[in-house]
Amino acid sequence: MGVEGIGARVVRKEDKRFITGKGRYVDDIKLLGMTHAHFIRSPHAHAKVKGIDSSTALKMPGVVAVLTGQQLVDDKVGNLICGWAITSKDGSPMKMGAWPAMAPETVRFVGQAVAVVIADSKNLARDAAEAVVVDYEELPAVADVHAAIKAGAPQLHPEAPGNQVYDWVIGDEGATDAAFAKAANVVKLDVTNNRLAPNAMEPRAAIADYDQAEEHFTLYTTSQNPHVARLVLSAFYNIAPEHKLRVIAPDVGGGFGSKIFIYPEEMVALWASKKVGRPVKWTSDRTEAFLTDAHGRDHVTHAEMAFDANNKITGLKVKTYANFGAYMSLFSSSVPTYLYATLLSGQYNIPAIHAEVIGVYTNTTPVDAYRGAGRPEASYLIERLMETAARQLNVDPAALRRTNFITQFPHQTPVIMAYDTGDFNASLDAAMKAIDYAGFPARKAKAKADGKLRGIGVSCYIEACGIAPSKAVGSLGAGVGLWESAEVRVNPVGTIEILTGSHSHGQGHETTFCQLVADRLGVPISQVSIVHGDTDKVQFGMGTYGSRSAAVGLTAILKAMEKMESKAKKIAAHALEASEADIVIENGEFKVTGTDKAIAFPMVALAAYTAHNLPEGMEPGLKESAFYDPTNFTFPAGTYICELEVDPGTGKTSFVNFVAADDFGRLINPMIVEGQVHGGLVQGIGQALLEHAIYDANGQPVTASFMDYAMPRADDVPSFNLSHTTTLCPGNPLGIKGCGEAGAIGASAAVINAITDAIGKNNLEMPATPDRVWRTIHAA
Amino acid sequence: MSTVKLTVNGKAVAVDVEDRTLLVQLLRDHLNLTGTHVGCDTSQCGACVVHMDGRAVKSCTMLAGQADGANVTTIEGIAKGDELHPMQAAFRDNHGLQCGYCTPGMIMSAIDIVHRHGGQLDEPTVRHELEGNICRCTGYHNIVKAVLDAAGRMKVSQAAE
Repeated sequence: MGVEGIGARVVRKEDKRFITGKGRYVDDIKLLGMTHAHFIRSPHAHAKVKGIDSSTALKMPGVVAVLTGQQLVDDKVGNLICGWAITSKDGSPMKMGAWPAMAPETVRFVGQAVAVVIADSKNLARDAAEAVVVDYEELPAVADVHAAIKAGAPQLHPEAPGNQVYDWVIGDEGATDAAFAKAANVVKLDVTNNRLAPNAMEPRAAIADYDQAEEHFTLYTTSQNPHVARLVLSAFYNIAPEHKLRVIAPDVGGGFGSKIFIYPEEMVALWASKKVGRPVKWTSDRTEAFLTDAHGRDHVTHAEMAFDANNKITGLKVKTYANFGAYMSLFSSSVPTYLYATLLSGQYNIPAIHAEVIGVYTNTTPVDAYRGAGRPEASYLIERLMETAARQLNVDPAALRRTNFITQFPHQTPVIMAYDTGDFNASLDAAMKAIDYAGFPARKAKAKADGKLRGIGVSCYIEACGIAPSKAVGSLGAGVGLWESAEVRVNPVGTIEILTGSHSHGQGHETTFCQLVADRLGVPISQVSIVHGDTDKVQFGMGTYGSRSAAVGLTAILKAMEKMESKAKKIAAHALEASEADIVIENGEFKVTGTDKAIAFPMVALAAYTAHNLPEGMEPGLKESAFYDPTNFTFPAGTYICELEVDPGTGKTSFVNFVAADDFGRLINPMIVEGQVHGGLVQGIGQALLEHAIYDANGQPVTASFMDYAMPRADDVPSFNLSHTTTLCPGNPLGIKGCGEAGAIGASAAVINAITDAIGKNNLEMPATPDRVWRTIHAA
Repeated sequence: MSTVKLTVNGKAVAVDVEDRTLLVQLLRDHLNLTGTHVGCDTSQCGACVVHMDGRAVKSCTMLAGQADGANVTTIEGIAKGDELHPMQAAFRDNHGLQCGYCTPGMIMSAIDIVHRHGGQLDEPTVRHELEGNICRCTGYHNIVKAVLDAAGRMKVSQAAE
């Protein structure tokens, strides 16, 4: 692998700027003449906007403009879109309520913008916003799915009777009913998957700069996918044609899905910069982030699993209500359908599955993809069901899983996905060994003697990553293809620039992508640069989410590298007067195999650009590009086991041990992979123990700051014991499955299974706060 | 408006600011020291931590005027030229950062933790002391490793001085 090649624990190239304070995030950028935007947001969950009086604000110092939703309508700026069409079981399309970037008539969640103040400084904009008087007529609101689907409930959108977005089904209902009719045992479970706020540490931000002479916009924004942002802003919002809009996503401080979407604020900043003739900057504060960044999860589910007399699963029935919030965010429709229900087979051989998903509007912040996006909800449901079944059937939870594991690949599930490879027994074995599963009963007994309730919880997750084969997602309703692009530019001195449509916002692409080049050419990674996040530099790309950057993005780089190497070999063969077939690349040299004849890579590059002596008919230069469209999803899978103690006096949970055994296929940089797992695990543990975005019955958010929303702190979580088992992904040449979301997908169930094991009661909702655990322990 | 005179990263500066200006705004907006970040506005996340007269403070939670006459060190001021501070090096070597946004505040807090505890640091102490700094990427595992690693390095470098 070489010291910097594939598989090496290379420290990150990008770290120097971050540890010395030289990172360049959107809010760090200042443009000449820049103004500052402050949005005026609804304090009501549901209201008519009767009027906006900005006369006083307009006279205040430094105020440039106060712009309203009606002006957006007048300027024909488009409404926000949802890019994945879902069809209900009756054949009708999903019901989209119109979502203008600022509401001209009706606000439907607390925090929805109605107007924006543009001023010379942020403070002056805030001062003036205080003086804008908005006349609201409050309307009744609904905040949760139960309230929203009741007869007579307040209605959000005229387009969506009964507040229903869609009623979608997957699987074979008849076969599933037949399996339940013959079942020896049926296990039933109701679970709520709690709503979360993503909370990337860098709040969203945008700077829009309109060049009147060129009729050209530049947008600096906190995006995981700047090209998708440009596409949507151009094609749907009428901001500017693509060649007149440059989108730059510089250093981005975490995303976790929340920075995939194109939000109202970027649109308004662009539009406003043209209106006021100056650059416009907006930076979210944390409360705005809680109010406006798309939330995650928020499912209410009833599920039943049928078993035969040998404890083999014969069928699964699921009915889920998914809370979409007030509007359909960019990819929201796909999350509780094709990213959730298609993973309901888990790691298990389940002959018949039927799932129904009902999407519901409520007067809350829109909900969309958050780390894992649908797959954590599926994994949590299945792994809680397996644990519940083991308790009900009185078998060991690990053994019940083993009885039902899929062991033959490829495996076609009843819910679309065809698992390509895996070894679920291997990861379960590794995790059980790491935690000394066999020794647990003795440890539990000892803890009991000390007055503590000790529990162990297993979670065997699987996810579909490497998003995604374009044809497949297109057939399911996606509005875009999900390939990735790459370009390899070799400079005349032999240094290399890799342009990628992936975007790094913490994942370490500037290191891992270089490792592929180092591995293939034997050049040091210091000779390679990764260029990303700028639509003027990189032609196109689909960005980073769905654990796709290595499986899809890096494969695109590999394809471009292969083309570049092929040309370089021809040049080397010509220079060395050898056959191209005899050229091998080793340690930065092109060698004639079996001889001592060699030419250094920089000399090949130079020859390509001097073009003094190239093979007959060859074009000068050394630059190649590729688009790579995956042939299937990838299927990372693994086992997490959590051992913990509950204090029966306080309900407080303390971790004893947390082990993770993951199969991600080939690892490019194990150090970075481990970091991804650590972070994901803590987001999963956060969901299980701490985090909950809460609304009161009137749609008022109760948790809109870090004082109210419990983010995991260092002393809330343990250190982790990680290991890897490996089955290479057959779907891409590098054998990569992806590692970005696994921790968040698998961890929650392990924690709740462990707590419920400890307290001896199966029903416990997330987050399992001490108060909730104590009440469950002491409930009659 | 007031003139605030202070020393930042060893350099004396005098800045005219509105009285309501926060220290973090003075650093970022007036001195262009954008390594100090704002992540929450409520003094929870610690992305804004700097050192004032040798103590870690949250620069989003104090007025610039309160720093008048003080000696402030930011993330930009802790390396000696190209030589990283041991805490910076430990964060890099232990993969104690991902997106980098919380990192400056983490490093400034962590240096303060090591100074206050000397060599007597263990994992529970580090985890408890990091309560005022939130990271969403790393799960803290490698941050804790980095702080413990740096504590050892800082002891060695102090001994060498």
